[in-house]
Amino acid sequence: MMRFLLLFSRQGKLRLQKWFTPMSEREKKKIIRDMTTMVLARQPRSCNFLHWKDLKIIYKRYASLYFCLAIENQENELIALEVIHRYVELLDKYFGNVCELDIIFNFEKAYFILDEFLMGGEIQETSKQMVNRSIEASDMLQETMEEYMSKPAF
Amino acid sequence: MEAVNLLSSNKYTEKQIGYLFISVLVNSNSDLISLINNGIKNDLASRNPTFMNLALHCIANVGSREMAEAFASQIPSILVAGDTMDSVKQSAALCLLRLNRTSPDLVPMGEWTARVVHLLNDQHLGVVTAAASLITTLAQKSPEDFKTSISLAVARLSRIVTSASIDLQDYTYYFVAAPWLSVKLLRLLQCYPPPEDAALRSRLTECLETILNKAQEPPKSKKVQHSNAKNAVLFEAIALIIHHDSEPTLLVRACNQLGQFLQHRETNLRYLALESMCTLASSEFSHEAVKTHIDTVINALKTERDVSVRQRAVDLLYAMCDRSNAKQIVAEMLSYLENADYSIREEMVLKVAILAEKYAVDYTWYVDTILNLIRIAGDYVSEEVWYRVIQIVINQDDVQGYAAKTVFEALQAPACHENLVKVGGYILGEFGNLIAGDSRSSPLVQFNLLHSKFHLCSVPTRALLLSAYIKFINLFPEVKATIQDVLRSDSQLRNADVELQQRAIEYLRLSCIASTDILATVLEEMPPFPERESSILAKLKKKKGPGNLPDIDDTRWNVNGSAEHSEDTESTNKSPPSLMADLLPTNRPRPASSSPTLLSAGTMGSSHPFTDLLNLNSTPSAGASLLVDVLSDISTPAPITVSEDNFSRFVCKNNGVIYEDQLLQIGLKAEYRQNLGRIYVFYGNKTSTQFLSFSSSVTSSDTLKTQLNVHAKAVDPTVDGGAQLQQVVNIECLSDFTDAPVLDIQFRYGGTLQKIAVKLPVMLNKFFQPTEMTSQDFFQRWKQLGVPQQEVQTIFKAQHPMDTDVTNAKILGFGVALLIGVDPNPANFVGAGVIHTKNTQVGCLLRLEPNTQAQMYRLTLRTSRESVSQRLCDLLSDQF
Repeated sequence: MMRFLLLFSRQGKLRLQKWFTPMSEREKKKIIRDMTTMVLARQPRSCNFLHWKDLKIIYKRYASLYFCLAIENQENELIALEVIHRYVELLDKYFGNVCELDIIFNFEKAYFILDEFLMGGEIQETSKQMVNRSIEASDMLQETMEEYMSKPAF
Repeated sequence: MEAVNLLSSNKYTEKQIGYLFISVLVNSNSDLISLINNGIKNDLASRNPTFMNLALHCIANVGSREMAEAFASQIPSILVAGDTMDSVKQSAALCLLRLNRTSPDLVPMGEWTARVVHLLNDQHLGVVTAAASLITTLAQKSPEDFKTSISLAVARLSRIVTSASIDLQDYTYYFVAAPWLSVKLLRLLQCYPPPEDAALRSRLTECLETILNKAQEPPKSKKVQHSNAKNAVLFEAIALIIHHDSEPTLLVRACNQLGQFLQHRETNLRYLALESMCTLASSEFSHEAVKTHIDTVINALKTERDVSVRQRAVDLLYAMCDRSNAKQIVAEMLSYLENADYSIREEMVLKVAILAEKYAVDYTWYVDTILNLIRIAGDYVSEEVWYRVIQIVINQDDVQGYAAKTVFEALQAPACHENLVKVGGYILGEFGNLIAGDSRSSPLVQFNLLHSKFHLCSVPTRALLLSAYIKFINLFPEVKATIQDVLRSDSQLRNADVELQQRAIEYLRLSCIASTDILATVLEEMPPFPERESSILAKLKKKKGPGNLPDIDDTRWNVNGSAEHSEDTESTNKSPPSLMADLLPTNRPRPASSSPTLLSAGTMGSSHPFTDLLNLNSTPSAGASLLVDVLSDISTPAPITVSEDNFSRFVCKNNGVIYEDQLLQIGLKAEYRQNLGRIYVFYGNKTSTQFLSFSSSVTSSDTLKTQLNVHAKAVDPTVDGGAQLQQVVNIECLSDFTDAPVLDIQFRYGGTLQKIAVKLPVMLNKFFQPTEMTSQDFFQRWKQLGVPQQEVQTIFKAQHPMDTDVTNAKILGFGVALLIGVDPNPANFVGAGVIHTKNTQVGCLLRLEPNTQAQMYRLTLRTSRESVSQRLCDLLSDQF
């Protein structure tokens, strides 16, 4: 099971956080601090896996963003690495060549995509088409609603 | 409230925002929860897949117990209903999984389980993936109920691995067919032993072979994603092969495959290969095959740029070590240690020490290795390591002379580590005579050598050296005068440190007044230590296994033992208090076990003045006579059938009066070690006439008998007037308990039969061993014990003045370690300990938050066992 997913910039600014187990604010703060210092201190071309307490930390850098995923001890590291990659692909497909700013300004979309992809710390849907279809469907629903709402009432 | 309104809206956007708000901001004990639950219920029943998904996501995100109560029975039916949309099924499966993790007791198993298993056959691969996650978790908890999933999983896996990469359309990831699902299925199969059915078994073996074969094929894409996905499946397949541990050919193939990866260009693959080889090394079939890679691994240790990869290499070397290659591996690890990263040094030192001990063919090699270890990385050599080398030297006659010679030579170095001085002092003190024949290491030379280091050492080491000196007086009468001069010097006799001063004085007196015979007896060579599990191993386990609380905290005992008398280093560990008085009658409280009670008695200003006195006596019998003297003037009439009056007073202390009336007074003195306890019961006859046919026995309820073994020794049938009788009650805790045994006493006084029953204060918390931990560890454990049943909390009014020192003393007396600086609020008290029972050990964390304004406390206990949390909370809450 995955425990949490963090996205932060090279300067250590947190861009997205997703916790799959309930945790107090203080614990979260501490973990975020630990993760950023640990991951940012890594040399380039080191391996992507770390042991941290009883968890495995899988991280990968895409452009200026670090994706950092914590999984339980017996889980498969490589497949977790591909979870990250698949998420990046999904973001890429939705935003079209995603960059850090997309995530900053459309964070709610990033969360919705993540919710469609992962749930309760497990992977829900691995197919790119399927996730995109459901995201588009809910966008459609939202847009028709907005249109409906903005119509002048009789 | 607004959010709840949004939730019930029919407009998608509003509903979505409502759910987002609730997922993020509502905590589980909000008053709104019933309204929210109502909204969710409506959405679940709406049959609109989008709304249902939103509702399921919300349940999974919040995942509270209330939600589990409300929906746990409803979700399974959504999951297995024939007309549910695929996407809803996926959400329902994962939502159920989430609820099962948080409140397993609320998710009823039923006929839906059989139908869930059949989801593995579903057409929609997304549904299969979600179902596989759910089934894996459920199967870990109740393997029997999900046995049928094996054949379905194998069938599915076989279809995936043999499919052409285009068959699965969008579920093919960079030319790898459904990697996520494959990994999940392989994980599911790891919940079970190899299938019994031969056909099924061969089909599975075929699958695994296909996966191994694919690894050899040229890659279909140069992208790293392709190789990652392919290797993810491969590593999971290897994990399954290792788990089954039954097919030698597969194991060897797996090992060879990993061997290839050891030299792979990708750092990730080298890391993972090292990691999974560690588990492979423990299988008897592949151990030899793993060993062939030793040179590659050693090379990795030397050349790898990434410290985490080097760390794995160390782990693997440790795992593959056996008698044949121990010398090579230990030598390599020692040479690496000289420039190893600081972060892994301590662990490496432990590993080297363990390997050296485990595979030592001759002990001279062992002694050499450990001394080298201290030389190279003295700062990282923990106490356990050097205690262990001393234990071994003492137990092995043939190595003693060699050890003495080697430490003597090692001490010649101008600068040597303090740990070396400790080992040297100890060994020369015991076995210096074995090398004294040589004029180069004559007694005086040995002494001068040790004493030249004296001033550079810390207090504990100096204390140890002083003990070594007194042993020298016994071994070599010719240096007696020199040593006495040293002891007599002002720097010893007037040392600012009490411990050193006391030792110097006592040793000096001892050497002056005692005859040679007495000296020889008192300072005799240490007897061999009883064989037991290496404390180093325990320490390594503690370092490596953060999941559970540390087994036994040996350190505390050792430290105290060596501070008292170095000769006692190990014997204090196991033996009764009598051993403490073996060397010198110091009339001081026993260091480890009684200091908390002493503290509590002293600071609480309790109504029993004699408890201090009791504690100050080193033997129980002396305490007994005092008890009578002091107690004879106190009398509080309390004649009842089963007396529980003083019971709760004993929660945080071990000594005192449990019962008293005009005739009889019963005092207790108890000591506990791990799951064993001993109570000395003192019966004081307050009258001037004899008690006749005196008897006392201990009875327990039927439940309690299975939880606690209590054995009371028989006592004399008469107690003279004014005299006191002692009875020993031995206790063994088998599992956690709530009840307490009853002490039944009968005797004849002046012709009438007197019957008294007293509840013996044996409570669960007596079997605590305190655990020191850092705040990081503490909060991690606290989090791990987060299941609602594991926590018990109570709020109560203070019955005594709220004094910090008193509370500290009570918490220490309760048996846990008081952790300072863990809680960010300094007013709060935080403690940790392990309850030892014969069957299990239960880790326990507690937090006490005082509110001085309201004169209230809030007490929270988290343990891995519900009954323990509850009992401890009950016990402690009426102490303040």
